[in-house]
Amino acid sequence: MSVCLLIDFGSTYTKILAVDLAGEVILGRAQAPTTIETDVTIGLRKALNELVDSCGLDLDQVENKFASSSAAGGLKMAAIGLVPELTLEAARRACLGAGAKVVCSYGFEIDKEVVAEIEAARCDIVLLCGGTDGGDKRVITHNARLLARSGVDCPILVAGNRVVADTIREMLEREGKRVYRATNVLPTLDIVQVEPAQALIRDIFIAHITHAKGLDKAAEFVGGPIIPTPKATLQAAALLADGAEDETGIGSLLVVEVGGATTNIHSVADQSPVTPQTVIRGLPESRVKRTVEGDLGIRYNAPTIYDFVGRDTFMTKLRALHPPVDGTDFDPDRHIDYLSENVGHVPTTELGLSADIVLAESAASIAVERHAGTARQEFSVVGEILVQHGKNLLEVENLIGTGGIFRYGLHPERVLQAALFNPNRPWSLKPKSPKSFIDRNYMMYGIGLLAEHFPAQALRIAKKYLKETKFEG
Amino acid sequence: MKRRHVNKAVVIGTIGADAHMIGGWVLEKAFREAGFTVAFLGAVVPQQEFINAAIEIDADAILVSSMYGMGLLDCEGLRDKCIEAGLDDILLYVGGTVAAPIELEKNWPEIERRFREIGFDRAFPNTCTAEEAVQALKTDLGLE
Ligand code: B12
Repeated sequence: MSVCLLIDFGSTYTKILAVDLAGEVILGRAQAPTTIETDVTIGLRKALNELVDSCGLDLDQVENKFASSSAAGGLKMAAIGLVPELTLEAARRACLGAGAKVVCSYGFEIDKEVVAEIEAARCDIVLLCGGTDGGDKRVITHNARLLARSGVDCPILVAGNRVVADTIREMLEREGKRVYRATNVLPTLDIVQVEPAQALIRDIFIAHITHAKGLDKAAEFVGGPIIPTPKATLQAAALLADGAEDETGIGSLLVVEVGGATTNIHSVADQSPVTPQTVIRGLPESRVKRTVEGDLGIRYNAPTIYDFVGRDTFMTKLRALHPPVDGTDFDPDRHIDYLSENVGHVPTTELGLSADIVLAESAASIAVERHAGTARQEFSVVGEILVQHGKNLLEVENLIGTGGIFRYGLHPERVLQAALFNPNRPWSLKPKSPKSFIDRNYMMYGIGLLAEHFPAQALRIAKKYLKETKFEG
Repeated sequence: MKRRHVNKAVVIGTIGADAHMIGGWVLEKAFREAGFTVAFLGAVVPQQEFINAAIEIDADAILVSSMYGMGLLDCEGLRDKCIEAGLDDILLYVGGTVAAPIELEKNWPEIERRFREIGFDRAFPNTCTAEEAVQALKTDLGLE
């Protein structure tokens, strides 16, 4: 036996997954409320005790521990670029792919008001971009000057026009800022190169943010670095799709992760035009892509989802799932408020479980639509042309659902169904007929943590435990 | 209008719904060989994308190719948008088969006048070679 603990300090729960690397099996899982406000190890101990109680684990047998965290707001970043569709978009992708939440983003010249917003947002890192290499220098220099004079005290990562990178670094350092420098996220207009910036974001997270978030003790317990949770899930997605050295992957995929505050979508699929004649617009898309919807989550953000859907549609969907609702005094407005105020709530009644499914499928549908590209017929003097923006996911081979709802939910396959292509909205390039899997064990983050050290085992465990599911009708 | 500085960078693409791009390729190659940074946007390029690219690479000029005869229609308003985007001193060129071939032959001065009217610095008939295009820009930028 070679026991490995995979820990996630989530915004609400601290979760532990215990696996045996020798037997390549999951030994058990446990969770307890995250205690970041006081001492993060209190919640951790509680979860550990529960793990010992529930699966009789001997903690002395633990050989490896790895951890991720999205506690205390996760990794919050500000992205600054020049043109919104170009360097700012590249900057945002760099942040998202590193597992960050983009709390504010700005194109063109920033001003005092924007600086005040950045200060108020209390970001963990500011990513400063702008200009291709040899391109515009004026705007990024202006923005750096304002940041230098500002009260922003988090690390600033400069990844813009190489020609002025040194000048900007000196300018910021002179004013006492902590500056990191990566290569340009958009060195030329046709190359998005976010990996070097992402590697530095990871280093900065480990070097500064672990401490700033009160995770020192957790890092001490783990005996190694803690990485942002979404980064772990993204790593799992990449491993699962593309495989490890001596273990093949399952091919292109889309991961839908519905949480309490956010909905994350991860895709691993090459960019391909819908038809050979299709004209593709916009920045080139990367094979591995993450987007996060900060306004879609089934607890903190239940009210936003509810507002999107509307009371009538919500009730129609709920009735379809759970007809007896009509005979009760269920008030959806009140229920939604309750959920947003009791973010740790786990429903036990069929009605409560069904309401969660309705919220989750709505979140999944919107989030996947925002992640997927679009293809629209444009009419011109010389006939029709099909213009595609973003990623074509029509042919994606696998669809995976992860997050609490896929563990405790009633008919969670419905949530995945909402991620599929909808003939009523044919322009949205969502998957048409993927194989679908449910992460019953809530193990995806853990697979991603394991992927860094034991990729082949991680992959085999993932393949063993993902449950394939069929849609009705 | 005098440009503040020369960056030896150009944006090249075929505008509107126009799918011809061979002329653009030829221009791209020639400008690269002449030492320019080129943002080549391909075909079917909306006006806004020419502008976005010009901002990021700090371009001296936008070279618009138009082959299918709708050049005037597609190019209208580009200068205004450039001014709006802070590119008031950028050079705008247009070339290709900017009108029906017979028109190009018979009415070139009139076509040229109309492109100037909508804010283009130069218009080129389809007989223009890539070398001539490079030379014209070098002259306008005071490089030779
Ligand atoms: C190849 C071609 C096509 C190919 C294009 C392949 C591709 N991906 O590029 C295909 C088959 C797709 C095609 C389609 C069409 N075509 Co066509 N096509 C041609 C053809 C035969 C050659 C064009 C070419 O590539 N020349 C070679 C390049 C190197 O030369 P160039 O483009 O002129 O560029 C040079 C200079 O002009 C200059 N230049 C070009 N742009 C600029 C810009 C600036 C700023 C400067 C300084 C210089 C410059 O640089 C180059 C230097 O070598 C021309 C006829 C011709 N001989 O020109 C018709 C032609 C352009 N097509 C024509 C037409 C009508 C069409 C269609 C509408 C046909 C149809 N009914 O479906 C469609 C349009 C589709 C669309 N959405 O745009 C007409 C346009 C008529 C008009 N302007 O009024 C032409 C002129 C044929 C004709 N005589 O009728 N076409």
